[in-house]
Amino acid sequence: MISLRGKVALVGAADSQVGIVPDLDANELCADAILLSLADAGIDKDQVDGLITCNSMSKPLLYHAEAMAEYLQIFPRYCFAAGAGGGTTFSILHHAASAIVTGMADIIVIAMADCLRSGLSREQSLLVQSSTGHPQFEQPYGPTVPAYYALIAQAHMAKFGTLPEHFAEIAVACRAHAVQNKTAQMRDPITVEDVLNSRMIADPLHLLDCSLVSDGGAAIVMTSAERAVDFPHPPIYLLGVGEGHSHEHISQARSLTTSAARESSKQAYVMAGLGPKDMQFAQLYDCFTPTVLLELEDLGFCEKGEGGPFISSVGIGPDGALPVNTHGGLLSHCHPGNPGSMFALTESIWQLRHSAGKRQVSNANVGLLHAQGGVMSSHTTLILGRDAG
Amino acid sequence: MSRIQPQVSGLSREFFDGCNKGVLRLQHCKSCKAIQFYPRVFCKVCSGRNLDWVNASGKGNVASFTVVRKALTEGYKEPYIVALIDLKEGPRMMSNIVNCEPELVTVGVDVRVVFLAWSDTLSLPVFELSNEK
Repeated sequence: MISLRGKVALVGAADSQVGIVPDLDANELCADAILLSLADAGIDKDQVDGLITCNSMSKPLLYHAEAMAEYLQIFPRYCFAAGAGGGTTFSILHHAASAIVTGMADIIVIAMADCLRSGLSREQSLLVQSSTGHPQFEQPYGPTVPAYYALIAQAHMAKFGTLPEHFAEIAVACRAHAVQNKTAQMRDPITVEDVLNSRMIADPLHLLDCSLVSDGGAAIVMTSAERAVDFPHPPIYLLGVGEGHSHEHISQARSLTTSAARESSKQAYVMAGLGPKDMQFAQLYDCFTPTVLLELEDLGFCEKGEGGPFISSVGIGPDGALPVNTHGGLLSHCHPGNPGSMFALTESIWQLRHSAGKRQVSNANVGLLHAQGGVMSSHTTLILGRDAG
Repeated sequence: MSRIQPQVSGLSREFFDGCNKGVLRLQHCKSCKAIQFYPRVFCKVCSGRNLDWVNASGKGNVASFTVVRKALTEGYKEPYIVALIDLKEGPRMMSNIVNCEPELVTVGVDVRVVFLAWSDTLSLPVFELSNEK
């Protein structure tokens, strides 16, 4: 297998306006993010020869990437839309890196946006997201998206003694990061008590254990390591990447408490020649607080079952030994659905460029990013760094 | 507003026919004897293609559960319990636990199947605590 280590780099990154953005629809936000990312990369749209997008739920297009290329009047030789739920972003990065290394494209833009907040009613938003369940054997029983993840949380609690307080600490840490981020949707500090006193949605998940419902989009520009040195910002290199896909429907999962993040991270660590202890920060998919806890375990930051005590003792907030979701994550920055991890990606690029301002992690040279889609189903781990290695 | 209705199609007809007759039917591999759910065109254990159906005991225990406090749609009345049930025969399935206070449900507790009308033409398997009644 050809290693992708150090072969490609991210040379442009931008977020659209995020949070509650009623004036632009999902595809307009997507175009906006693309134009901003090209400006950040210092290139003209005509230089883009690859485009990868993810369809939106609020304004779906049958052939999304092709339609976005048409909208922007770019004429790529490599163009497709992908969909793997919240894991889509990083899975696409894997594909894009392969496409650059094999010569399918030289400059690829990855972009996605959605408007779960302003483009759908509350009930539509709930229904479209819960359709991740099996249409015959799960959905009829009325599981909401929080309910799917509550099943994982409850199993972890029963098996390892994890407490609601441990989950709450994750929400508190993400909010503490968001306080430092002017673009975050939720910026008022919260406490563990606030989380535990918030309305119960699906036991053991409280309202503040659940991600936001937002509008927003983001885009990045990727090219080969050779070309990357000619762009205005320092290139951020892909050092490791790996995927693991264990199921789609939670009732078919091999395990409720151990995920395919083990497989995805193992591949990424081997490719990068690095391990969990080498990471100065981690951006972990936090659609609900329990996913972060399981990911910390499955990515090797602590032993299986030790996620709760790890969070309490090591700390994942701005002052913690392992800052997690330095932008505020899906819990406090924004969560427009499938594009959610794009913001973890743009944030990581800024952290590694050392341009993250007040929330800059000191000596940030290497970071780990992890996203999952479905219900702990599809996993992709990325390791990014300032040096090609 | 009604609850979400499963589309009865293909191999699942045998399963849903069973539900309408008050029987929980599972696929059985004639080659390796594995029992599986949901129905597939092959045995997920040995990849054999020679499958028939068996009647399950309807007994199992709770692998995990949640109490939904904010219903999916108006077709569902909160609070309701969504659970993963490990059937005695091996397979795991999602279902509801009915006829009990949410506080009585724990991971590992024994349950048994009952069938509930989901529409005029279809019943679905749900579970109740087996130490009740």
